[in-house]
Amino acid sequence: MGMTMTQKILAAHAGLPEVKAGQLIRAKLDMVLGNDITSPVAIREFEKEGFTGVFDKSKISMVMDHFTPNKDIKAAEQCLQCRTFAKRFDIDNFYDVGQMGVEHALLPEKGIVAAGDCIIGADSHTCTYGALGAFSTGVGSTDMAAGMATGETWFKVPEAIKVHLTGKLQPRVSGKDVILHLIGMIGVDGALYQSLEYCGEGVASLSMDDRLCIANMAIEAGAKNGIFPVDETTIAYMEGRVNRPWTAYEADPDAEYVRTIEINLSEIEPTVAYPHLPENARPISQVEDIKIDQVIIGSCTNGRLEDMAIAAEILKGQKVADHVRCIVIPATQQVFQDCIDLGYMTTFIQSGCAVSTPTCGPCLGGHMGVMANGEKCVATTNRNFVGRMGGITSEIYLASPAVAAASAIAGKIADPREV
Amino acid sequence: MNAKGFVHKYGDNVDTDVIIPARYLNIADKKELATHCMEDIDTNFVNVVKSGDVMVGGFNFGCGSSREHAPMVIKESGISCVIAKTFARIFYRNAINIGLAIMECPEASEKIEAGDEVAVDFDTGVITNITKGETYQSLPFPAFIKEIIQAGGLMSSIKDKQ
Repeated sequence: MGMTMTQKILAAHAGLPEVKAGQLIRAKLDMVLGNDITSPVAIREFEKEGFTGVFDKSKISMVMDHFTPNKDIKAAEQCLQCRTFAKRFDIDNFYDVGQMGVEHALLPEKGIVAAGDCIIGADSHTCTYGALGAFSTGVGSTDMAAGMATGETWFKVPEAIKVHLTGKLQPRVSGKDVILHLIGMIGVDGALYQSLEYCGEGVASLSMDDRLCIANMAIEAGAKNGIFPVDETTIAYMEGRVNRPWTAYEADPDAEYVRTIEINLSEIEPTVAYPHLPENARPISQVEDIKIDQVIIGSCTNGRLEDMAIAAEILKGQKVADHVRCIVIPATQQVFQDCIDLGYMTTFIQSGCAVSTPTCGPCLGGHMGVMANGEKCVATTNRNFVGRMGGITSEIYLASPAVAAASAIAGKIADPREV
Repeated sequence: MNAKGFVHKYGDNVDTDVIIPARYLNIADKKELATHCMEDIDTNFVNVVKSGDVMVGGFNFGCGSSREHAPMVIKESGISCVIAKTFARIFYRNAINIGLAIMECPEASEKIEAGDEVAVDFDTGVITNITKGETYQSLPFPAFIKEIIQAGGLMSSIKDKQ
């Protein structure tokens, strides 16, 4: 019996010639990640058990991105705890304010994660790195603590869903629309405990930013991971970033999948997920008149350069509607710098957007765009749960940066192909 | 290993943002955090929950964020076991790793109602509804996971092996 791409990576990291779905394994880790919210809990567990060393200081990343720049005293204390730990163990990849970015935009950009890696992160969107052909999955803080101590963790080998892509995206349609469409098809638990393995000739037409966005939201379908094959686009992206050997794994031709989903990229419309679940996806043609109060463009899902580029293209020469607060958050310092160099910042500011240093802030209702009860937001983030971005009667409509920018101008949810 | 208590029941897709909203994740103290458990969908939960009580959900319980604060506050509230049709996978791992008992049992999730008194036998996987006089069979944990739970959580189990 052949193995899926995910199973091959897991077998290699478990030192086994073969693994099967359902098998419990111990796997070696290439990277263990945490942020300013999850690391403090991990550090507490690590210290409580009396560990005095980490397995490899070059294979741990800590990124201060959630409640930073510190939103209050308690958040500052949590960052201080991380900083102290990172200094004590001389952690190579500790990213603080001024260098940090939203973790899942930052790590690929810096070349810290690569094809063929086995990665865990105490953040559910750690699945993002599947875009590079890595096995990468979100875990909790205790898993992070154990991973930092031993360099290993336990996994149940997942079954897989094959997502076969054909066609090519239409202008102003992006990876976000693809993943919202897919979650709409299979539901928020449609891939529970399983891998989403993308394949087909449609993959080649997707940019790395599209793939990172699609892999990022695998968790929103309940998946353990989402993974893309390694192709020319992947290799071009890793060149000049990744300074160590990496491995391209391929699924066996006779690998077993629990089901195959066909998606023709050419047929996907801009897509919006209604409150309060990402599965409430609707093509923009079926979206009613929904007046909005706020727009967020950013996050680990959509804070990369292509996201900024399409938002700037749509906002150029336009004004954000009077009753709308539009907040743009480039996900990393590099993306921020590129936005300046390419003139996007001028566009954002002249059109009436607020621009922020990198932070996860508003996505999880932390700071930098918390909503009052009853308010509505179009967000390029990944979750629209009850109370996620503020008051429990506030509403989040998930969409692409193109839809978000068009909506900011229109003051209501709008089709980016019509502005 | 056993649990017994009265039931607090919720629906499908109970997410970690409603179990413990992110706005409280700057709080390090477990007891203080637990005073906000479930507040966005059930403001009364923290007032009525008693030590030993059981929480019952539907499909995909604990979906969303990886925050370990979610199983932590449920455990801290006194809940002795969570029963659901299915669990989101990170919540499942986190619960095991911190020693919060969880059981997957669609039949129990369907038939148990809020306020029922139930008893859970973790060795056999039998869930008894004392109020209704019914029993439901769930799958007991695999040996590997039982080892982690018996060691008192993941950290103790890896410490034992070193």
